[in-house]
Amino acid sequence: MSQAVATPLGAPMGAKSAPARRANIGDPIFALACRAAGAGVLLLLGGIIISLFLGGLPAFQKFGIEFLWSTEWDPVTEVFGAGVSIYGTVVTAIMAILLAVPVAFGVAFTLTELAPNWLRRPVGTAVELLAAVPSIIYGMWGFFLIAPLMSQYVQPALIDSLGEMPGIGFLFQGPPFGTGIFTAALILAIMILPFIAATMRDVFEQVPPVFKESAYGLGCTTWEVMKGVVLPYTRVSVAGGVMLGLGRALGETMAVTFVIGNANRITTTLFGPGNTIASVVALEFGESEAGSLKLSALLALGFILFVISFIVLAASRYLLRSRLKG
Amino acid sequence: MNRRSFLLASSAMALAPQLASAQGAQITGAGASFPNPVYQKWGEAGKAATGISLNYQSVGSGAGINQIKNRTVDFGATDAPLTQAQLDEANLMQFPSVMGSLVPIVNIPGVENEAMKLTGELIAEIYMGKVTKWNDPRIVEMNPGLTLPNLAIAPAYRADGSGTTFVWVSYLAAVSPEWKEKVGVGTSVRFPTGTGARGNEGVAGTVKNIRGAIGYVENAYAITNKLVTTQLRNKAGHFVKPTQESFIAAASNADWTAPGMAASLIDQHGATSWPIVSPTFILLPKNPTDGTRSLNVMKFFDWAFKNGAALAQELEYIPLPGAVQNAIRAAWAKDVKVNGQSVWTN
Repeated sequence: MSQAVATPLGAPMGAKSAPARRANIGDPIFALACRAAGAGVLLLLGGIIISLFLGGLPAFQKFGIEFLWSTEWDPVTEVFGAGVSIYGTVVTAIMAILLAVPVAFGVAFTLTELAPNWLRRPVGTAVELLAAVPSIIYGMWGFFLIAPLMSQYVQPALIDSLGEMPGIGFLFQGPPFGTGIFTAALILAIMILPFIAATMRDVFEQVPPVFKESAYGLGCTTWEVMKGVVLPYTRVSVAGGVMLGLGRALGETMAVTFVIGNANRITTTLFGPGNTIASVVALEFGESEAGSLKLSALLALGFILFVISFIVLAASRYLLRSRLKG
Repeated sequence: MNRRSFLLASSAMALAPQLASAQGAQITGAGASFPNPVYQKWGEAGKAATGISLNYQSVGSGAGINQIKNRTVDFGATDAPLTQAQLDEANLMQFPSVMGSLVPIVNIPGVENEAMKLTGELIAEIYMGKVTKWNDPRIVEMNPGLTLPNLAIAPAYRADGSGTTFVWVSYLAAVSPEWKEKVGVGTSVRFPTGTGARGNEGVAGTVKNIRGAIGYVENAYAITNKLVTTQLRNKAGHFVKPTQESFIAAASNADWTAPGMAASLIDQHGATSWPIVSPTFILLPKNPTDGTRSLNVMKFFDWAFKNGAALAQELEYIPLPGAVQNAIRAAWAKDVKVNGQSVWTN
């Protein structure tokens, strides 16, 4: 996509149009400014990666590769490991995806196939507005409203009903704190829902009508058309949209910090407290002295999060490439 | 016209503080969040009285120490005192500015404010996950007047690194050798159990949300939000309530002659002393690049010591005793010098 933009900008500099506009000095300056802006983004990105890596280097050197899976995080004895926060980051993000994708699919399905035309715009706009709510609002809402509801009603009910079940019971045990991995995943699911739903709606709408009409002509129901025509046609783009949501869930900081319980422990129960890379960095940064091993460990965490997010977003770009070209 | 006059008015308002500060002097500070409310109050009142306007940023003790080491502010503020070696290395002097206290808060059905009695040893065991029920025999024995439910204890702590946590775990380490050995002391530590929340408001909210929760907040925060606090047993073996009198009793027994005036007020002697009281500290460069600004910092705190006691008490802080204030002025005269000349003269 960046190439498509760059070519028309570069064109006035080319041999064909140059003689006609030789007097105009504005064009090369404008082209140069645009190129500089484009290159600036790349430099900035590279600069951030390099400075995070260099900042985290003392921690990587001290703890070696074990830093990635060590579950210790003890500021008093200066032993740091990223294991718990990587685990928390990945688990909350995946759970959020599991919760959000079915709902997002329902929203997109409704908006493209079921809802009457006059309803599609308002509901579509409402979904997009959800994406514009600042994350601190979700955090406060989660902490003051959802967490008490979870601790009083949802979690006790789940603990009583599913807690004793063989096989999966261990996931639903422990005291109902209200906060914890499960609540964090729930809030994250609500936050990423609009991104996934909007992507799905867009790609569903791009299915050529003639495909759907042929299927309807064969006597298919709406669901059969969805399952047999729309989803197979768009599955790669849908997966890309899901990855986009995953990318956002991985890096979310403020809302998660409010509701995850912030403890550096891996618990088997979903209701137990945990932490994520972003929440640890946000909480510990103010009390980290320059040059300390702790600051270096936090920067190393930042580097790891950068790499994880980069992989996920690169995957989403790759899967979405056909849609972006079109 | 309406819009225009609004614009004029707002630009006039934006200009006003600049004009005022152009006449007076400005000092900048950064660091501890624990004393932030009282610094802000002193800043407002002190500006009217001395003409020195204070720009204090409550960014956390660690960040405050970084900033004063880099000399990007006129003074730094920290809850955990620096050691003499750390002070020497950065060429800083340290003095206390005000004292504050922490209180445990609980959420147990049927337990009123200041009704429950606890000891530091028990709280340490709770926070280590060894005492897990509110009807544990040792808690029941200590509270014959209360009917305690068979309820799981949910300890809550500050998840963000903070001076409040430093003071709290200093107390737990002072009363429990096991805590000192296994967890230790710092602005953030590895809590063995419980759930973390951000800031005083986060801990207070968590305790409010969870039946059976226990947490710790600054006393001022507990009072303004009407939280349920407990009594604590002090070193002399008496149970005391968290009141100004018990805080002041603790402060009056402190030994301020430690290097960097880093008096520890944790678990003090005295029949009526509240066990969790702590001073907070200011860091000043010994070799300021701008002597006037450094002098203004000292003038500001001199004013605050002389006239700010009532303001501090309103916010539930404890002012420094007069003898300590004089010792601080003597330390200013001795330590802070530009070209060998003392900046501060009594």
